[in-house]
Amino acid sequence: MNGAALRRTPLYERHAELGAKIVPFAGWEMPVSYEGIREEHSGVRTHAGMFDVSHMGEVEVEGPAALAFLQRVLSNDVAAIELGGAQYSCLCNEEGGVLDDLFAYRLGGDRYLLVTNAANHEDDLAWLGRWSRAFDVLVRDVADRYAMLAVQGPHARGIVARTLGIELPPRMRVATARVGGRPALVCGTGYTGEDGVELLIDPEVAPPIWAELLDAGVVPCGLGARDTLRLEVCFPLHGNDLSPDRNPIEAGLGWCCREATGFVGAEAVARARAEGTAEKLAPFRIEGAGIPRQGNPVLAADAEVGVVASGSFSPSLEVGIGMAYLRSDLAEPGTEVEIDVRGKRRAARVASKPLYEKER
Amino acid sequence: MTVAEANYPDDLLYHDQHDWARLEGEDEAVFGITWYAQDSLGEVVFFDPPEVGATIDKDSSYAEVESVKAVSDVIAPMSGEVVEVNDALADTPEKINEDPYGDGWLVKVKLTQAAEAEALHDAAEYRKLLENE
Repeated sequence: MNGAALRRTPLYERHAELGAKIVPFAGWEMPVSYEGIREEHSGVRTHAGMFDVSHMGEVEVEGPAALAFLQRVLSNDVAAIELGGAQYSCLCNEEGGVLDDLFAYRLGGDRYLLVTNAANHEDDLAWLGRWSRAFDVLVRDVADRYAMLAVQGPHARGIVARTLGIELPPRMRVATARVGGRPALVCGTGYTGEDGVELLIDPEVAPPIWAELLDAGVVPCGLGARDTLRLEVCFPLHGNDLSPDRNPIEAGLGWCCREATGFVGAEAVARARAEGTAEKLAPFRIEGAGIPRQGNPVLAADAEVGVVASGSFSPSLEVGIGMAYLRSDLAEPGTEVEIDVRGKRRAARVASKPLYEKER
Repeated sequence: MTVAEANYPDDLLYHDQHDWARLEGEDEAVFGITWYAQDSLGEVVFFDPPEVGATIDKDSSYAEVESVKAVSDVIAPMSGEVVEVNDALADTPEKINEDPYGDGWLVKVKLTQAAEAEALHDAAEYRKLLENE
């Protein structure tokens, strides 16, 4: 972190009080777990858990050319976002590499909010600033304006609505509300594969709101459970599964790219889509013992055929799982491969997405 | 997860890599990891044991324990040959968290150099060492 001081979210003291294990993450001191990752993980799968994700960045884009500008820099069809709508997108470089993945929320006719990954926020701002010069638009860093709480799980929406006395927008929508007496945004989005909301609230009211939700029985969850939850449902993580060296097609994100919009990187993405890619990101399960980790080589017939991008123990499936960049001909569900886990070969099988499917 | 409070029994010998040895008779010992080690690691979800008959060397890794987030080498406090592995940990690795000095033991070893015990710490010394961690 270049020796720079680590930042703390408005909820840092609450985490410390709860005895959280706190680690440096993307320049922030963040809770990785409280009672234990497995307990927090199952709390989200079966009830409701909350994550302090105030480290994530927010960028407001406003002006007559807001749509035209975002259409130029984001991979998805931004014109398709209705007022109060949300959309997932990639931010690509000219070569089609993924600089970041983010949600865009349409707050007004020509006003949008982007929620960026903490590690990429500053670079995203610089990139957006550079491309915005040709447009009549204002790009503002509003990260300091919000604390962000993700409340996720089958009971999350009910508890949030009741406890905070607010109406919640449906999935993939955003609504304004008053939380703790201050203006807030309530988003029907998340990163766990469960129903839930993400609350963008005034940092000053974050501690009392956190306490209210805690009292209402919501399980405090750290970044550890956030990672196992997202991996089980195969949501990519930038820095692991996505990077400027990989395009959205090989990452399995072709669905959020609309090359016809002419976004930065569209030509490269169109080429990758048309010609196919040498490797593809594919989920897999370990067949027996062993826990795959990022960077482990993937083998088939004794030859190296890929690399693990994300790997962990799955608390729901109780087995090692992961996503790996594999030679494209092998990236089909059912293919048998081996993962070289610290010198031991572990049998694995390519699976389909998601690795964990909720019984409904 | 149920975890006992921090404790370091007086009848054990401690290695500074957070492993313990319980001497049994002339030339046998049981090895495990300390309360501090399991607490730092978090919930153990996998124990990768050595094979019975394997030779292990003092100060070298002889097994791995993994939590959801991390993998950690287990360092041998003394040298010897593995005569027994705690097979129950295959199904219940969480015993390492719940009872690190009891049901969470890792291996039983026939010692080749029993004098190595002299280089290990007693509980008081180990506690002092932890204060500087």
